[in-house]
Amino acid sequence: MTAGDPLLRVRGLTKHFRVRGGLVRAVDGLDFEVRAGETLGLVGESGCGKTTTGRLLVRLLEPTGGRIEFAGQDITHAGRRALRPLRSQLQIIFQDPYASLNPRHTVGRIIAMPLQVNGITPPGGTRARVRELMELVGLNPEHYDRYPHEFSGGQRQRVGIARALAPGPRLVVADEPVSALDVSIQAQVVNLLRRLQRELGLAFVLIAHDLAVVRHFCQRVAVMYLGRIVEIGDRDDIYRRPQHPYTRALLAAVPDVTRLGSAGRIRLAGDLPTPLDPPSGCRFRTRCPNARQRCAEQEPALLRRDGGNQATACHFPQSGPLGVERGGVPA
Amino acid sequence: MSLSPVDGAAPAEIGASGSAGGAGPVVGRSPGQLTWMRLRRDRTAQVSGAMLVLFVLVALAAPLIELAYGIGPRDQFQGKLDGAGMPLGYAGGVSGEHFFGLEPGLGRDIFIRLVYGLRTSLFIAGTAAVLTAAIGVVLGALAGYLGGWLDAVVNWLTDLTLAMPFLVIALALTPTLTLRFYGQRDAVPPAFGVGVLIAIFAGFGWTSTARLVRGQVIALREREFVAAARASGAGLGHMLFRQLLPNIWAPILVSFSLAVPQFVTGEAALSFIGVGLTEDTPSFGRMIYQSLDYLQTDPAFVFFPGATIFALVFAFNLFGDALRDALDPKSSR
Repeated sequence: MTAGDPLLRVRGLTKHFRVRGGLVRAVDGLDFEVRAGETLGLVGESGCGKTTTGRLLVRLLEPTGGRIEFAGQDITHAGRRALRPLRSQLQIIFQDPYASLNPRHTVGRIIAMPLQVNGITPPGGTRARVRELMELVGLNPEHYDRYPHEFSGGQRQRVGIARALAPGPRLVVADEPVSALDVSIQAQVVNLLRRLQRELGLAFVLIAHDLAVVRHFCQRVAVMYLGRIVEIGDRDDIYRRPQHPYTRALLAAVPDVTRLGSAGRIRLAGDLPTPLDPPSGCRFRTRCPNARQRCAEQEPALLRRDGGNQATACHFPQSGPLGVERGGVPA
Repeated sequence: MSLSPVDGAAPAEIGASGSAGGAGPVVGRSPGQLTWMRLRRDRTAQVSGAMLVLFVLVALAAPLIELAYGIGPRDQFQGKLDGAGMPLGYAGGVSGEHFFGLEPGLGRDIFIRLVYGLRTSLFIAGTAAVLTAAIGVVLGALAGYLGGWLDAVVNWLTDLTLAMPFLVIALALTPTLTLRFYGQRDAVPPAFGVGVLIAIFAGFGWTSTARLVRGQVIALREREFVAAARASGAGLGHMLFRQLLPNIWAPILVSFSLAVPQFVTGEAALSFIGVGLTEDTPSFGRMIYQSLDYLQTDPAFVFFPGATIFALVFAFNLFGDALRDALDPKSSR
């Protein structure tokens, strides 16, 4: 693998769940890449397939189709043995800090688990490494022998982060790492993740529904809708010049005290369609304010326009800053 | 925790500085230690636990007791019986020499036979309970964690076992097995009868533990800490024995402690109807069976084995309930 190659390359990633009454297309053809040391935010509303994507990336779920390449190796259907050398490089942080730690293990044991199951003995011993990690994430190393129930939510999430960092990963998938925490703790944990990302040069896939967290943390952003990416690009492009009407609606929905009133607000009508039977053509057309005939007939491809880094899956992409389409005042 | 403006680490920091004044490093209390503390505060658990310890000690020290008592379980005292074979004296011949009196007919000492009967009962019940727990935990955990065809097979086996009538099978199986290995006139060694009983109990008893463990494992399987271990590449052994089982010891322990008295009564019942142990193995069931002939004439003969088995089972059940409360203080009584 050469320096220019991405660390993670995902092509046409698909996950279908068979349920009574049909097939849930939770993830339906994702394409994206993450370079070493880069942070990609995956945003979208509940049920759009974000978490499924995260679990597919660390192979907690078996993909139905497509291809996942990590560090130049195809890991789409790799078995446990084949994955073993890569497991330590690819880790996950979970959403719920109360469910993600084994209540019967001390935090020291929890953090050491990835080392133990992969048979890694770090220089200086496991214990020293775990204490170092605890210090790194802002925990008191003295608490090595304590149990998760003795910690607060924020501290538990720090334990989860230390566990993910233990084997020295290159890519960390963070599945809504702060959404279960109190707002006052969220900022601390996000800042911790940012510091770790910079200090250790980690690549991150941050799954979140909180656009402010993603904006704060991620260099690139992918917006998902009903199992597909509708727009992907650099953070500033996505936040300042969103082209997809769904991205525009999402961003416009973020409350902003400097723009009180309903000016510039894009209201999405209706609910997310069921992934059992997604709409024909463009999946967003049922809620899109400017859907036309073509949107029902042809599925838009994720295309780059005007040579930039931003790709949009829309037949009628919009341009210009947010908030001008209904005659509102530009932000 | 949420109001701490400094850091989420604040509460633990306070805890650390608090114990820094004391001696030694900060050591958390494990869930197991918390259970032990609750158990020690529970009066019922104390009393029933002490009784159980006493029973186990008596069973283990049976030969020593025999030595101190000076009478063996097979010694006969025909001289202390009257012409009709009834023990002389009051309450079935209770005296300083024979604490619980003598058996009518053969004139054996009831106390020392109870001590050895306790040994037999606890050995059979304990071994059967360990076996059922082991079979149940392994099958239940595998079925719950792996699911699929294995789960279907284990469920089917469970249903099949539950559908079989225990008593009928035990009645049919014991003599058949005995005849398979020993002739009509051979002396069947006591160990064989004990082994057959344990095998029957284990073969029928594992279903409830398997169901329990399977359910618990299925409930835990989707928890994120299990996913975390899987994402790190943990193997089946690590998943079952390090991640899952430590979280379900509590119900397993409770079901174990409630299974033991069930097997004690089961052994007594089988020995009572004659499929259990042979005559020369001292056992509660056989003693009660024999004593029924003397219910009118020598009630003490029924009373002593009956009271002992009652106390043993009662202590086990009380302790099992106390254990359940200690392991899960949130459950309502």
